[in-house]
Amino acid sequence: MPAPPPAEALLPLPEATFHILMALADDDRHGYGIIQDVEARTDGRLRLSAGTLYRSIQRMLEQGLIVETRERPAPELDDERRRYYRITPFGVAVARAQTRRLGHLVRLARASGFAPGKA
Amino acid sequence: MAFYRVLLRLYPASFRAEYGDEMAAVFAARRREAEGILSTVALWTEALADVALNAFHAHADVLRQDLAYAARAARRAPGFALTTVAVAALGVGATTAAFSIADHVLLRPLPFRDPARLVDLWQDQGAGASSRMELSPANYRDWKREGRSFETMGALAVRPLNLSGDGDPERVEAAAVTAEVLPLLGVAPAWGRVFGADDMALGAPATVVLGHGLWQARFGGDRGVLGRRLLLDGVPHTVVGVMPPGFHYPSRDAELWTPLRFAEDAYDDRTDCYLRAIARLRAGVSLDAARAEMRVIAARLARTYPKTNAGMGANVVRPRDEMSAQARLLPMALLGAAACVLLIACTNLTSLLLARALVRRKELAVRAALGAGRERLVRQLLTESLLLTLAGGALGLALAVAAAPVLARLVPNALPIAAVPGLDLRVLAFAALVTAATGIGFGVLPAWRACGAAGASGLQEGPRAGVGGRRERVRSLLVVAEVTACVVLLVSCGLLLRALWRLQSVDPGFEADGVLTLRTALPQPKYERTALRSQFYTRVLSDVRALPGVTSAAYISFLPMVMRGGIWPVILPGQPRDPASEQRASLRYATPGFFAALRIPIRAGRDVSPSDTSEAPFVAVVSESFARRHWPGQDPLGRRFQFALADRTVVGVVGDIRVRGPERASEPQVYLPSTQVPDGWIIGYTPRDLVVRASGHPEGLAPAIRAIVRRADAQQPVSDVRMLADIVADETASRRVQVRVLAGFAAVAFFLAGIGIHGLLSFAVSSRAQEIGVRMALGARAGHIVAMVLGQGSRLALAGVGIGVGTAYVAGRAMEALLAGVRPADGPTFLAAVVLSALMTLLGSALPALRALRVDPMVIMRME
Repeated sequence: MPAPPPAEALLPLPEATFHILMALADDDRHGYGIIQDVEARTDGRLRLSAGTLYRSIQRMLEQGLIVETRERPAPELDDERRRYYRITPFGVAVARAQTRRLGHLVRLARASGFAPGKA
Repeated sequence: MAFYRVLLRLYPASFRAEYGDEMAAVFAARRREAEGILSTVALWTEALADVALNAFHAHADVLRQDLAYAARAARRAPGFALTTVAVAALGVGATTAAFSIADHVLLRPLPFRDPARLVDLWQDQGAGASSRMELSPANYRDWKREGRSFETMGALAVRPLNLSGDGDPERVEAAAVTAEVLPLLGVAPAWGRVFGADDMALGAPATVVLGHGLWQARFGGDRGVLGRRLLLDGVPHTVVGVMPPGFHYPSRDAELWTPLRFAEDAYDDRTDCYLRAIARLRAGVSLDAARAEMRVIAARLARTYPKTNAGMGANVVRPRDEMSAQARLLPMALLGAAACVLLIACTNLTSLLLARALVRRKELAVRAALGAGRERLVRQLLTESLLLTLAGGALGLALAVAAAPVLARLVPNALPIAAVPGLDLRVLAFAALVTAATGIGFGVLPAWRACGAAGASGLQEGPRAGVGGRRERVRSLLVVAEVTACVVLLVSCGLLLRALWRLQSVDPGFEADGVLTLRTALPQPKYERTALRSQFYTRVLSDVRALPGVTSAAYISFLPMVMRGGIWPVILPGQPRDPASEQRASLRYATPGFFAALRIPIRAGRDVSPSDTSEAPFVAVVSESFARRHWPGQDPLGRRFQFALADRTVVGVVGDIRVRGPERASEPQVYLPSTQVPDGWIIGYTPRDLVVRASGHPEGLAPAIRAIVRRADAQQPVSDVRMLADIVADETASRRVQVRVLAGFAAVAFFLAGIGIHGLLSFAVSSRAQEIGVRMALGARAGHIVAMVLGQGSRLALAGVGIGVGTAYVAGRAMEALLAGVRPADGPTFLAAVVLSALMTLLGSALPALRALRVDPMVIMRME
């Protein structure tokens, strides 16, 4: 397994990837759980399709941003069929790097007079 | 839900296996949420779009991965990659080149509008005579008037012309056509117009349409040429049009077209046959129906004009069917040879890939252990083999394009198509198809095999993996197939080579070396009178004979092998005229000195002489076979016979020559003095070919002879400046190309089959190193080890040669028409092929045998 690349090498993250990382930030989730979380977090504006979700997941697994977890939640909440995903420390690092990058961008945009709400 | 599962099949199988259930679960959850028809419809629409988009991307992801992987693999084993590419290139290249020729000559529609409805019409002279005889104007007129099967019909007469008045005079191939011909072909002129009815009227200003090639060569592509006046055989013609590039009619060498006009009296003589007819079938009328109708019409004409038309039928043929069986066989033979090369290339590819996959089984096993499914590995290996064959295919296509001009000699001249087959979509598609079939068809088996074994066992297997059992049997079969194809090619090539040698050793009856030939075709009506022509010949010949080094010079109406016809019936005194049993002989008009120039021996009597004038008795010099046939065992001198519309007396007997070339029997020959040609006689029979025998380098005399002709007549072009030896060599030129091409194919096959044997044995030796080591440790002598390796190679070669010899005999029978009398079961050829195959086996086995000898028993034992 090659050593994971520096977090910056993966930036900028595709939007779906960033959202999935956010969805997994506080809890392990299965695929449908991620979709629901992203939908709720964006007030229904972003609804990931199954294809986009699993293609992203496949790539994120390869990149080492997330792992499949063998620990299951409490049995009454578990659906045997489903796989659960967990963010890795590398995934956290990449998400932070992306956040920094976006923050920096927003500051630059503000300095250029693009502040939202002010004309 | 079932439908969603079906949709998921669009994803790569590996992706589906991993996430299919999850995605189905997500979709099921979504559907439970959806309320009402509208949201269900929306859900499905979204799902369809989602699957289409992401399946495409998922496939692209896999492809990207595989390509990267393939590139890494190729870098790790560049030798394997290069060999694979080269083998694929040879296979695809040979097949594509052969296909482009076969397609060009045999398959592709002729480059005219709706060519399937074009037909040629000929007079059919009945059994034993020509079924492709030109038409007389009167018969053409009646056919055209009465034939209901045709939309239009036109006639043409091929007649070379002297072009002058604008630069140097030159001789051009031309066709006189009726107004129907060019529109009937459906090709519009590039500039100007083609002929209309006005151009055909007697006494109308003469017009001419130029071919693109002549327009480029002589007028530099100047559009101002329209309206210019050219002299054709001394008669002014106005240029009215230029045909587009690629237009050739009726044969490839036609360079201009003039109107075909019929004089008042042209319809009087139904035996004056010089027209070719072409017609366009009415829509829905079949060739057979047209033929049947024309036979009825011809039969009616035969009843109406029994004197001239008795026994005359009609023949309707498609233009492409005019090709001789031999011309047709040639591209087929080429295609067969190419198929052999492709077969060998493919088996080699399979063999290479099998060996490579076996070497990589550990790597594959590791990947399988890490979770890659069989489908995923097969797909990756296929991508690799396809990538290599694609590279090979591209290279092969380049080879085929580069080879096209060489192969152009195999395209018959008589077809109205370009000399060099173009690279077009059909050829590209063919090459792509062959490449894809090769890459997939011959990559699947090795990939499937390799991945099937790449289970847990692959990790444990030692160096002996892949030996024995079915795997080696498949490769052995492949080698046998290669040797078989190789033997077939070697034998075919050998047979053709023998045929070529046989033809080249045929004595033409004259000595071609050291003879320069030039043509000065004297135009009519300017040179209608024989006396005027004789003046020209005498002046030119006496000046030419005075040139340094010239030993003899003469004029003749047709050079041997250039004109094969000129056949007339021979009538002996007191013999009833019976067309069925008529004896025929070929006719030539000559000036004195022709036999000396060509070193044709005079057996008895004398040459023609200047004293044989039109007032003197008509005389003839005949060939030995002529004398033998008509007066066996008697002195032919002084005998009389009727020939070419007059009584002739034999004054000389000369050796026979092969006027029809080395491949065909020639009629006996009759030579008449050029001074006894009647005034205004058929233009083709007036002497026009100058033959000059000189010591040293006769080709250097051409400028001096041109100057002599210019002094005799400044308007007279000199054309066809060639050495007689080249004309004779041309007889076998297409055969030489054919042998060379086939020899090239055979060499490739030989080489590839050798590689095949070498590959199999080296692999066997390296994987049996252990066994060999043990044997050596137990005291086996070097001889035994070598015999073991060679034995394996020889057994395969023997099987291949056995099958190959049988197949080659069948192939030889199929191309018997090309063999000029060499038997398909030619002993020396088969022997040579077998010896060569043995040599190849030996060479292929040599290195592996040496490697086997170098196996160190101690190293092997320690490895255990």
